[in-house]
Parts: sequence; structure tokens; C-alpha cells
Amino acid sequence: MSNDKEKTEYVSYLEHQGKYKGIFSWIFTMDHKRIGLLYLYAIVALFFVGAIMGLLMRIELIAPGETIMKPQTYNGIFTVHGIIMIFMVVIPGLSVVFGNFFLPILIGAKDVAFPKLNRFSWWIYIAGCILAVASQFMKDGPPDTGWSFYAPYSTSTGTNVIMATFAAFVLGFSSILTGLNFIVTIHQLRAPGMKFFNMPLFSWAIYATAWTQLLATPIVGITLLMLIAERLFGIGFFNPDLGGDPVLFEHLFWIYSHPAVYIMILPALGIITEIIPTFCQKKIYGYKAIALSSLAIAGVGFLVWGHHMFTSGMSNQARWFFSLLTFLVAVPSAIKVFNWLATMYKGSIDMKPPFLYALAFIFLFTIGGTTGLLLGSIATNVQVHDTSFVVAHFHYIIFGGMGFAFFGAIHYWLPKMYGRMYNMRIATIAWGIIFVGFNLLYFPQFIIGMQGMPRRYFDYLPQFQTGQVISTIGGFILIIGTVIMVYNLIKGARSGEPAPANPWHGSTLEWQIPSPPSLENFDEALAIKSNPYDYE
Amino acid sequence: MANNVSHITEYKVLGKVFLVLLFLTFLTITVTSFELAAFSVTVALLIAGVKGFMILTYFMHLKYESLLLRILVALIFVLYALVVLITFIDYAYR
Repeated sequence: MSNDKEKTEYVSYLEHQGKYKGIFSWIFTMDHKRIGLLYLYAIVALFFVGAIMGLLMRIELIAPGETIMKPQTYNGIFTVHGIIMIFMVVIPGLSVVFGNFFLPILIGAKDVAFPKLNRFSWWIYIAGCILAVASQFMKDGPPDTGWSFYAPYSTSTGTNVIMATFAAFVLGFSSILTGLNFIVTIHQLRAPGMKFFNMPLFSWAIYATAWTQLLATPIVGITLLMLIAERLFGIGFFNPDLGGDPVLFEHLFWIYSHPAVYIMILPALGIITEIIPTFCQKKIYGYKAIALSSLAIAGVGFLVWGHHMFTSGMSNQARWFFSLLTFLVAVPSAIKVFNWLATMYKGSIDMKPPFLYALAFIFLFTIGGTTGLLLGSIATNVQVHDTSFVVAHFHYIIFGGMGFAFFGAIHYWLPKMYGRMYNMRIATIAWGIIFVGFNLLYFPQFIIGMQGMPRRYFDYLPQFQTGQVISTIGGFILIIGTVIMVYNLIKGARSGEPAPANPWHGSTLEWQIPSPPSLENFDEALAIKSNPYDYE
Repeated sequence: MANNVSHITEYKVLGKVFLVLLFLTFLTITVTSFELAAFSVTVALLIAGVKGFMILTYFMHLKYESLLLRILVALIFVLYALVVLITFIDYAYR
């Protein structure tokens, strides 16, 4: 609440009393903002579970040989870490939390197109999470295939592969329904006068993401069902002993799972595009180029999956074709980075925590992106395939990209979501610790990967120990910074100073309504600008 | 933008489409008795494609939707065709 006067004029979505009371007012809510918060709480909790598993792996790797766990436990932990982080945290992450909360507000709508479907998506997301976590504790032990469930090993291992893959299948349904909801919302519920090219760029990013969710996710759903059928009935889809083709599994898996990287990163790019003009108080440079580059990334990103399979026995023709397409997808990504830098040029830059996260994002995303080009090149890919170089690359993209964008977004929008401010100084210190910890954790993995350190190995040669020790120290620093950041945000959300409606002097629609918003977001008529980033 | 105009297709039209779909189903079965070798899958897919087009157009009301929506649906099919084509670049040259 910004002040008592406003309190008498409207009831915020947090205080609104609907049909249900207490916890049921959350479980049965159809308000897109409350559903966004529900996803937020689940994702933060799951993130810490995944992060603790990551830390356990780092402790194991601090010295060669067995340190704190057996090899099979290590296999289970890196698999579960991947399943939780990929399927439950980073794929849904930005889209379900900030897409749900802010997409309708940014386009001037009262809610998403299908609120009941939105609630249903949340329920089946939780069902999928429960199944996935339960698969770790069932009799046969946690799956040990890695999060990619590669055949033929996944068709024969005695661990809980069926339950884990079924969980991923259920989580996929949630993703499809959310994507469908967002596409229809953008097509049907834009405020009168808001055309496609008047939308804020986060909405464009969510739009491109939603198409990818809708079109790519069914493919992995069917693939995982085929894997389950193979395990239960011995059908030879993927197992060569039964006449199947394991490379077919990789094709089908990556036809989804590479676009899934764009499901993770496109909303992140959209968030950075929102933060930068606000903290530069300057109109975004190249609005249409940024908007269309989101669609280009989604489109071309659909066709590059084969670069995960350069060493899997694909034909040479397919390898160079995928390599070429992989280089092409870097172009629209680079367009965004150039436009962000051009926006900053001669802007009135205000180095608040959201902007610091945006800067860190650009730095880390650029390292992740350029090392991605090394992996898109067949010769270097063969050299570093399945080494810790790949682990470093995708953590720079996924954590350095999606993770830092998530942290930036929560610092940017928390005053709007809860109507309260957090401590800026602590937030800035936490940002510094996280940034240092992140780079200490992952950069050494580029180096030891180039030297030949394999990924997913429980043990290693003594020559890699220095890099492993630095990496483990970085892991501890990163988790300390993250705990400080989350503590500061929770404290701010619960008892921080009341936030004004527009603390950052933003120009998009969410900053034109009270903090926190009312149930239906807009109680007064809207003035739609032709350019949402008009700071003149 | 909201476009809530509803369209009611006449039963006569729906009936004709249904009959065409039935005919195409019989045609799909009939062509399997001919030796078309490598083209047997192509012919089956072509007939299925025509059936899908009719269902989308009449039963799913795409005929009455905006040009943008029709283009988007067409693009989805182009995308899936590309995915299949690229996959077969691997299988054809392996």
C-alpha cells in the first residue's frame, strides 16, 4: 500500500477476499497475480533444493576419489539436480512467475484469457513436481541417466526412470497450457488501442516463448511416453537390441530440449529489455528489431537441435547443416545486445540493483553465447564434447542468463508485487557476492574442460584439482550471496518501506497503477502510448 | 483485439465435408492395394493432408478467422515440415 488514502479507495489483490479464505484463497485462486506468486514460492523452494544438490556435487569434486558420496549416489544427484533445475525451475521460471503476474498488466488486461485453465496449469505443475521429487525416494532409487534420459541406457537401467519421465510429461502439459493461455491473451485481450507494435517488449518475448512452449513441448511428451512404452512393453523404438535407433531418441529429445533453452532465455531477454530503458530513462533503441528478433530466435531456435549430437553418429551432411543454423541463431541474439548497449549510450543511468543484474546478465550472456558458437562449430565441439566446458557454457547461459534475469526481475518488480521496498545496500552487496561467486564457480570449468575434464565424472586426474577447488569455493560464495539476496527480498516484501506506484520512474503500464495492484489491475481508463518506452 | 463474432456453418455444408472425408478414408484404404513402392507413404500423407485441411477449414472454422490466424496455422505446418525434413537429412545420408 502506498498510503492510507489509497487504502480506502481500493483493495489490493493481496487483501482481496474472494469466495475462499486462508490457504484455500490461494489454492483455488484464479487471479493471475496470485498464481504468479504461487509459482514464485514453489520455484524458489525448488531452486534451493537443486542448488544444495549442486553444492553437494561441488564438495564431492573438491578432491579426486571418493569424498562424501558413492559413485552411484553422485549419478543420482546430478540427474536429480538436472531434472529439478531444468524441468521445474528454469523452463517454467520466468514465464510462469513474471509472465503470469505482468503480461496481462503490461497489455492492459484484467487477467489472462483462461483463468481457470491457468489455475489448472498451476495444479498440474505441482502434481508434476511431486511426482518428480517422489521418484527420488521410491524403492529402485533415483534415476541415474542424467536429465536428458538418453537411450539405450534409460531403457534398461533399474532406477526410477519411468516415474521421473512421467513427471516431466506432466510438467510439459502445464507448460503447453500456459503457452496457449498467453498466446490467446495477447491476441484477444490487449487494451483498446494497443496494437502488436505498441506492446512492451517483455510481452513480445512471452509471445515468442509461448509459441515455442505450445509447439515443441508435445514432441518431448510423446518421446518420453515412447521411452516408457519401451521400458514397460519392450517395444524397440530406441534400443538397438530390439531393432530401435538410439539416435532417434536424441533427435526427438533435442527437437524439444533445444527450443526449451529459448523457453528459458527469451523471457530473460524480455526482462532485460524492460529494465534497461527504465534505468537509463531513455526510449529503447530499435523497438521493432528487438520485437522481431524474439520471433526469429524462437523460429530459428527450433531448427538447431542437432548441435547436441555432433558426436552421436549423425551423418556429416546433417552435422554441417546444424552447425550453419546454429551460427544463424546467434544473429538475432546479438541484435538484442547491440540494441541494449545503444539504449544505454548517453542515457541517464541509475545503478540500482535491477540494473546491476541487467549489466551482469549482458556480461555473462555474452560469454555463454560466444562459447556457444565454439560448440556450434563441429571441430571444437568434437574436442570439448561431454567435458566440463559444456557444463560451464550452459550454466553461463541458463544461470548467468535466465538466473540473473530472474534476480533482476524480482528486484525490479518486487515493489509492484508486494507494495514494499527492499534494502538497496544489502541488495547491491548480495549482487556483488553472487557475481563473484558465479564466475569463480563456472569459469574454471571452461579451462579444465578444454584440458579434458569430462562432465558427469565422479573422479578425476590430479591435474584438474586446482580448477575443481576454485570452482567449489565459488559455489559456496554463490550460495551465500543468494541466501543474503533472498533474505533481503523476503524481509522487504514483509516489512519494507511502502513502495510508491512508480519507484523507478518506469513508463510501461504496470507503473501507472497502485502498488500492489487491485484484483482487476485497472480501475481507471488507460492511456495507451504508441511507444511504451516514451521518456521524452 | 477481441473478435467475438460467431459463425454458424450450415448442416448441408458440414454434411458434404463429412462425405468427402469418408470418401478420402476409403481412398486411403483402397490405394494400399496398389504397389506404389516408395510413394505409398507419400500418397497416404497427401490424402491425410487434404483431410486435415478440410477439418481445419470447416470443422475448426479457420475459414472464418482472420488472415493473421490462418497464416500462423500455415506457418506451424511449415515448421513441422522443416523439422521432419532436417531430421531426414541425417537418415538419408547416414
